[in-house]
Amino acid sequence: AARQMENAFQAKKLEEALQALGAANAAESGDVVLTAPDIAENGAVVPMEIESKLPNTEAIALFIEKNPNPLAAVFHLTPDALPRVKTRVKMGQSSDVVAVVKAGGKYYMTKKEVKVTLGGCGG
Amino acid sequence: MAGPMRIRAQVNGDEVNVRALMAHPMETGFRKDSSGNPIPAHYITEVIASVNGKTVLTAEWSGAISTNPYFEFDVKAKKGDKITLKWIDNKGESKEETVEVK
Repeated sequence: AARQMENAFQAKKLEEALQALGAANAAESGDVVLTAPDIAENGAVVPMEIESKLPNTEAIALFIEKNPNPLAAVFHLTPDALPRVKTRVKMGQSSDVVAVVKAGGKYYMTKKEVKVTLGGCGG
Repeated sequence: MAGPMRIRAQVNGDEVNVRALMAHPMETGFRKDSSGNPIPAHYITEVIASVNGKTVLTAEWSGAISTNPYFEFDVKAKKGDKITLKWIDNKGESKEETVEVK
């Protein structure tokens, strides 16, 4: 099955990916909590946790600005799932990581720079 | 190659914490082999989580999720509920595993 957000996944620039998701005007919010390391020694396995403190959170998306395709994942939540997800991602180089939350039909975001000492997308 | 999936579901009050480890190469399609030929993309594109057969969370993934993906989330569930995770990859392969909350 094709991904619902296929266009956003194909985007090569962060702005394009945000736009394809409909999140171009996401407001910066302290209620989006992104937990990621300051320095990742191994870019192949970088832990990421995103939590939303906003009511009616419908979706959570994770972008790695400098990856070839910035959009890494989108999580669609029903009211039976809590607005917190945790996974591990690949980062080719040091980059801003952007977490976007859709809550009550609006988009909110936060970002954090993660320095990578050994890239995870090369060989 | 894609292999089994391990799921742990732990009760925490009226929530259940689900931790899953999936065996999958998660090949991005951007890498080249030693002779310089591109390695074809092979990654999980979708993960569907359900409680007693009802979908509670759907994830769409790219090849940027690490090899042998780890995925943790929390759902409203209780002891005895059945938690199912299913993944589908870009080649149409899929894997499904169910655990009972103990």
